[in-house]
This record gives sequence, C-alpha cells and structure tokens, in this order.
Amino acid sequence: MSQTDLEIAVEDPTAPEDDSPAVVSSGTVEIIVCLLLLALAVALGFDNWRTGASWDSTGPEPGYFPFYLSIVLGCGSIYGLIAALLARRAVSETFVTRAQARRVMAVFVPTLLFCLVTQFLGLYVASFLLIAGFMRAIGKIALWKSLLTAFLFTAIMFVTFDIAFDVIMPKGPLEAAFGY
Amino acid sequence: MEAFGLLLHGFAVLLTGKTLVLMMVGLVLGIFVGVLPGLGGPNGVAILLPLTFTMDPTSAIVMLSCIYWGALFGGAITSILFNIPGEAWSVATTFDGYPMAQQGRAAEALTAAFTSSFIGSLVAVLLITFLAPMISSFALKFGPPEFFAVYLLTFCSFVGLGREAKHKTVISMSLGLLLAGIGMDTVSGQLRMTFGSSELLRGINFLVAVIGLFGISEILLTMEERLALRGHAASISLRVVLSVWKDLPKYWVTLLRSSFIGCWLGITPGGAIAASFMGYNLAKRFSKDPESFGKGRIEGVFAPETAAHASGTAALLPMLALGIPGSGTAAILLGGLMVWGLNPGPLLFVEHKDFVWGLIASMYLGNVVGLVLVLTTVPIFASILRVPFAAVAPMIVVSCAIGAYAIQNAMFDIWLMLGFGVVGYVFKKIGIPLAPFTLALVLGNRAEDAFRLSMIGSGGDLKVFWSNGLVGSITTLAIVLLFWPAIDGLLVRVGWTQRTGTTSR
Repeated sequence: MSQTDLEIAVEDPTAPEDDSPAVVSSGTVEIIVCLLLLALAVALGFDNWRTGASWDSTGPEPGYFPFYLSIVLGCGSIYGLIAALLARRAVSETFVTRAQARRVMAVFVPTLLFCLVTQFLGLYVASFLLIAGFMRAIGKIALWKSLLTAFLFTAIMFVTFDIAFDVIMPKGPLEAAFGY
Repeated sequence: MEAFGLLLHGFAVLLTGKTLVLMMVGLVLGIFVGVLPGLGGPNGVAILLPLTFTMDPTSAIVMLSCIYWGALFGGAITSILFNIPGEAWSVATTFDGYPMAQQGRAAEALTAAFTSSFIGSLVAVLLITFLAPMISSFALKFGPPEFFAVYLLTFCSFVGLGREAKHKTVISMSLGLLLAGIGMDTVSGQLRMTFGSSELLRGINFLVAVIGLFGISEILLTMEERLALRGHAASISLRVVLSVWKDLPKYWVTLLRSSFIGCWLGITPGGAIAASFMGYNLAKRFSKDPESFGKGRIEGVFAPETAAHASGTAALLPMLALGIPGSGTAAILLGGLMVWGLNPGPLLFVEHKDFVWGLIASMYLGNVVGLVLVLTTVPIFASILRVPFAAVAPMIVVSCAIGAYAIQNAMFDIWLMLGFGVVGYVFKKIGIPLAPFTLALVLGNRAEDAFRLSMIGSGGDLKVFWSNGLVGSITTLAIVLLFWPAIDGLLVRVGWTQRTGTTSR
C-alpha cells in the first residue's frame, strides 16, 4: 500500500523515545504492590478483629465477613510476593521508561494540582486553568486556542450542570463574586 | 407471548421525543468515546454517568446503555482503520479487519463489523426478552443461601475462568469486597475500617472508584503511549453495505455459532474477550480454508464481532434478572441503577415494569439506530482522532471530577477518584484485573448480607449452602469452577479433553 493511501494521520510531537532507559521493572512494582496490599490486609484485618470477627448471640459480628476477606487478601498478597520474587530471577519486563514516566507525570501532576485548586478556587476555575494550561504546555497548542477551548468547555459545563441540571459543583471566590 | 406484550409496552414507554433524543445523544457520545484512543465502553459509561443524575431512571438508563452500544460500535472503527483495538475484545477483529483495510476493503470490513455487532446484540436481546422474565420469576423463590450461592458462583467463575493469574484475580476481588465493607455496617450500625475518618463514614462509593479506575487510569495509560496514529480513510457507500448484506446468508453458521458462544460467555462471566477469541478460533477451525484467516477474510471480522457483542449484551441478562452483572460495564450500569434507587434483581421485573421493558425496548431500538448512525458517519468519527489528545485529556479529567463530586457532593471523592486512578494505572500495568474488583465492589454488601442472613438462619452451619438441591447444585458448581484449571488439567492428563485455548491466532 502506498503512503498516499494513508489519509488519516495524527502526529505526536512529544512521543516517548523508544530507547529510553527503564525507571523500574514490573517485577519490582509487583513486589511493592504486594507488600502494600499485605500491609493493608493486616491493618484491615486488625480493625475487623477489633470490631468483632466472631459470633455473638445475634449471629456474625460486623467484622466477621471482612476479617476473613482480609486473610484471603493477605494470603493472595503473600503468594503474589513469592511469585514476583521467583519471577524476578527471569528477565523482568519494564514497568515504565523514563520518557513514559515523564509523560505520565505530565498528566498526573496537573491533575493533582487541579484537585488542589478545586478545593480552594472551585471546580470551574480549576478546570479552566487545567485545560488551558495543559493544551498550551503539553500540547503546544496556540495560546488563544487553548484559552478559548478552556473557556468554552468550562462555560458549557457550568450551564449544563449548575444551571440546566441543578447539579451543584464546588465553587470559589470568583463564582461568589458573581452571586453563585 | 406475555413477553411480547410487555415489550410492546416498553416501546410505548420509549417512543417519546425526549427519550429518542437521549438515545441519539447517548449513541453519538458512545461512538465518540469508542473512537478516542484509550477510552471504551466501561470508561465512557462511568465518565458520562453524571449527565444522567437528574434524569428519570428510564431516560437515564436508556442513555447509558446507548453510550455502551455506541462505544462498542466505535471500537471497531479504530480496530479496522488503525489496527488499534479500543478494547481487548476488539483484538481479534484486527486480525482480519486491518488486513482488509490495507487491501482497500475498509468499507467492507467496517460494514461487516457493524452488521455482525448488530446481529450478535440482537440475538442476545432476544434471549434477554424471553429468558430474563423467566429467570427473574424463578429467582423470586430464592432465599439468602441461594443468593449467596449465586454470588459465590459469580466470584468463583471469575477466578476459575479468567485469563489472568489466579492469585491476581483473588487479590482484586478480595480487595473490592473489603472496600465495599468500609463504613457503617448495614446490620449492626457499627463502624468498620474507617480508622476514625469522618469521610469514610459514608463508605467508598462504587462509582467514584470506577471513575478513577477506568477514567483517570486510562488517561495516564494513553498519555504514556505514543499517540501518533496512521490509518486508512473510509467512507461507506450503500453499494458496499448491500453487497455485504447480500452475502450474509453464506455465513449463517459462523454468525449463529458466534452468537451462541457470545450469549453463553456473557451470561456466565466468561466475558466478551474470551467470546471474541473463541468465536474467531472456532470460525478458523471449522473453515475449509483456515490458512486464509489473518489475511483479510471477512469471516474473521464476522466471528469475533458477533461473539463479543452477543456477550456484552447478554451480560445484562443476569444483571437484570438476578442483580448480578456479567461484565465490568454491566456492573457500572448496575451501579447507575442503584443511584436512582432501583434494586436490580427479580423484584425489578415486578416493581418497575415500565423501566425494565423500556430498557429492553431501547436495546432493540438503540442497536438499529446505532447501526444506521455508524454506517453513515464513519468518516466524521474517524476524523475525531485528528483532535489533539492534549485537548481531550484535560476535558476527560474534568468530566471525571464532575462525576465523582456529583455522586455525593463531597470534595473527598475527587481525591479518592485520583487515588483510584493511580491504583488502576498500576494494577493494569502489572496485570491485576479490574473487572473482578469492580464486580466485588458493587456486589460486596449484597453478598455479605446474603451470607450473614444465611448464617443467622442456620445458626452458623455452613451446611446451609447444601441444604436443598438448588442451593447445593449452585454451590458445588461454584467450587468446581473455582478449581476449574486444575480439573481441566486433570481431564487433559487422563485424555478426556483437549486443552482449550482462547488466544491462539
């Protein structure tokens, strides 16, 4: 098939390099996840045991069912830990390369900031800042297009949820200044 | 005949201007999320759920199910034109669909995919129409032990029949069940696993978790990958459509077999992924020319698409009749029903006839409208991929946050959504399946209640789960399915069966 037949093409200017070094292997992440899950199982198991994990005159106590589930989760985590440790001796896959991690953080950090800003300035201001900032900084899209898109999207969301459907979103000082 | 009359009533409920508009909006939004890289049916339904919060239940579920149908149709567009399976069940479609596009037969492949999706769904909807009322009236006789046995069967079949490592499914499921138990115990009113946090008093809302697990994690995963796409353009002409439809009778065995496989694996929680591969493999095995598969054979598109869509649709049967979702997306729809105070299960057919039959009617109509819509708008939707993902991604994040907040009007839920997004990202990358987690989270409280009531009734005697033929059969079947890999291995060793594979190509 000739190149002229390929009519739909979307380029990615910030694509991760194929030869980027690995940050961490899947095996290591599996071990960390299993350890965290094991810790969670112990914490939840203890809380359920404290709440009551046996029988009283009315039947099973509130912690009975989740206590045994904590044990199942703990056993699954220990099995997973052993399996991951044994599999680690073989060739382990890459969990994420440095270039990929950079891109993931490029989404995660703005999302984290968005949540933080929402708490103080409200959801609509935060969403405007997120969309405009993301389009401009990550997508390298023209400033006026980024600002216009962010404004239109935020305005549509505001009209749809707060006005048309009466779903009240968290608001900040800006909305308060306009009487909302 | 009673079902037919009720279905007509369902159409009467459905055929209002407002519902039809919502149906179209749902389909368009669904195709949109199906086409966008990284998004798909479950994500689309989870993210767009808040749009339906203020609607009446029938309108809302019609819109949500149409988002689902639309996403299923949309997934085929990227599979065939770009060799990018939007969902795991679309992988088998790429085997022959993409080669067909490379040969300049993209329109033919797309028509085949959309038509077979329609046929698969139609067979499953017919099954739902006639079987669901029977199952639900049968299930009205169920007591707590029978219900717990059915929940156990669902959980065990996910472990036994799932493709992932068994311990990972167990981890995922037990974590989901544990998180479902956080908050106030429904029986005693005592607080559990809250560790003094007032935010956790409400418990972890299933939908908040789903929005994070499916929506946010997909954004992280999609951004991680290269987003440069190169694909084939396609527009479908009436001549191509009619030519594919004219040849349909030639493939009736493939279509019927795939529909059957899909329905079977949809009702049992085998899932659309297994169905699509099994449909493809069997079509290849029974073909006179198996070597031609993978090189652009139209049967290789018919088989997996029919099976996947029959499975995806049939997964709604146990959800409606028993309150047990057969797939991750069905679980999200079930969560949606709970938002509107509807309790899926046998009583739904008695107490909310309008709703149930309106929904079933919408399945018929949604599929017909969806088929026409995708056949006529492929170039428009394919061009959505030209919109930079850097513009789409933050909008999805904002939509997710709106959804998470709107459920309980709690800022904490936005943080929880972000946390689940990270969990979903890590779990997906290390192969811990999210479908059992979702299922356990939505069914956790019901399963626990059924277990506790059974145990209270029996004075703590586990023999209650074998106290009569019905509950005993279901419990035994659950245990057989849990240990199915070992049993299957044993049967292979003694030469009774051949090992079944679902991923060979």
